[in-house]
Amino acid sequence: MSTIPEITEALAGGGTSARKITASALEAAEKLNGQLNAFLEINRDAALKRADELDKGADGASALRALNGVPIAIKDNICVRGMQASCGSRILGNYQTPYNATAIERLLGAGAVVIGKTNCDEFAMGSSNENSAFGTVKNPWDPARVPGGSSGGSAAAVAAGIVPVALGSDTGGSVRQPAALCGVVGIKPTYGRVSRYGLVAFGSSLDQIGVFAQQAADAAAVLQVMAGRDQHDATTADVPVPNYIGETEKNIEGLRIGVARALLGEGLDPEVRDAVEKAIEAYRALGAEIVDVDLPHAKYAIAVYYIIATAEASSNLARYDGVRYGFRAEDAPGLRDMYRRTRDEGFGPEVKRRIMLGTYVLSAGYYDAYYLKAQKVRTLIKQDFAKAFSSCDAVLTPTAPTPAFRFGDKVDDPLAMYLNDIYTVTANLAGNPGISVPCGVSSDGLPIGLQLLGPYWSEGLLFRLTHAYQQDQPVAARPKIYA
Amino acid sequence: MPISEADIEKIAQLAHLEITDDERRMFAPQIADIVTYVEQLNGIDTSGIEPALGGLTPEGERTVSSRPDEVQPSLGQKTALESAPDPASGHFRVPKVLGS
Repeated sequence: MSTIPEITEALAGGGTSARKITASALEAAEKLNGQLNAFLEINRDAALKRADELDKGADGASALRALNGVPIAIKDNICVRGMQASCGSRILGNYQTPYNATAIERLLGAGAVVIGKTNCDEFAMGSSNENSAFGTVKNPWDPARVPGGSSGGSAAAVAAGIVPVALGSDTGGSVRQPAALCGVVGIKPTYGRVSRYGLVAFGSSLDQIGVFAQQAADAAAVLQVMAGRDQHDATTADVPVPNYIGETEKNIEGLRIGVARALLGEGLDPEVRDAVEKAIEAYRALGAEIVDVDLPHAKYAIAVYYIIATAEASSNLARYDGVRYGFRAEDAPGLRDMYRRTRDEGFGPEVKRRIMLGTYVLSAGYYDAYYLKAQKVRTLIKQDFAKAFSSCDAVLTPTAPTPAFRFGDKVDDPLAMYLNDIYTVTANLAGNPGISVPCGVSSDGLPIGLQLLGPYWSEGLLFRLTHAYQQDQPVAARPKIYA
Repeated sequence: MPISEADIEKIAQLAHLEITDDERRMFAPQIADIVTYVEQLNGIDTSGIEPALGGLTPEGERTVSSRPDEVQPSLGQKTALESAPDPASGHFRVPKVLGS
């Protein structure tokens, strides 16, 4: 798959058409979906119609737009008008959304073509895609292994070369972790950078829409279009959007990268540690200064996260009651029975587990002990980052403790599954941006990712560090399943 | 923290979830494990620490979200009812409420 500049320049030069580019992405999606199960809906007719309109210049000076004719895949928890939004759940099933998320509205305004909706863990709850009600996504590098989660379909679609870019959502690592396991770039922006309007809510103080791409510059081009204040989301911040693509090209000499040595110890796969150590040396050779930082409360992040995220989820998922949209259990004698049976038949086990955990930590007598305590430790985690960023420009960690694991390996042990997110949840709790960057391949031929975390609104710096590394240390290996 | 199957039943009621006996048996030890894990937070001294409620970034906190109170177009009744499992006469119809 070509990069965004290759697509937009080829279109502007008249060498191809949006229809040809779209058709080629659709064919790849249709051809590979039997093996990958990355797409829950492929939007053939509507995507080709849209491409024809772009070719005719039907809605203005399309050749000049940033994403003109760029095919994109969207996680199935982000609303695209006229398409389904199942969130990987039976309770929404083939629910069709009547409006566009703000992020989608802006991408369409820039000329992008949505080719389909991608599979994910149910309501974005999971780290392996094994919680989708519609079957697991397969990792394109090894179909016996998980793609990561929850945005596994979007990660696999980009890794397999079906689309140059895709959207996911990241509540505790759901963009960065699958990006690492599938060998692509994945960014979670600062909380408040991208509107959450039209993103189905999971943990409202943690959720952000993020981008998958092969190259930092392509992720930058997509974020450029989506970022910024939106009246429909009161949590979007009034902060100017810098020129991310311009930032990406800048030299990294003299930048200070913080490494928290305590995070490279127990529980980390030795091959991941080696790859991350080599990446640190590569950054040093590129002129970055490596400094030690301490994030003393990072070890508590999973505990804090599974209180706050489940509490917010138990509240957000109360809306699925079988009344206004989606699935309803049949023949319930009364309203209360209808609610309970709809939710029993509609939700999968992980979603029920999290709703119950969230209900428990918020219930009478437990609120102070769990929820309030977790919010206080969250403050300590925020303070750790603020202190770290007073002595460095970005913090480097692994993205995930291991490369992609096999299906079924962790499915019976929820806590072991949650520990996959150990490196990623801190950024959601503190609100900072984070990016996963491919940094090598294991002896089993599986990709490994490093994570860079930055201060608030430092997405440009993260793209810059990612681009410099990708130019210097390109990963030559390709997935087994590739368009 | 031990969590019994009766606790699980009570939580499920609060959350409007009807769970099966098998689920109750599966969830009780799993949720107890997770609760025990999160209780490690009790060992951290948080005296004098404010909870992180509200906006996460200083810029987000400062952003003024109010806007003029003007009527904007909305989905409308027809569209809003299109996805309903049981629409009737311009309403969402539900099973009987009283005595259920």
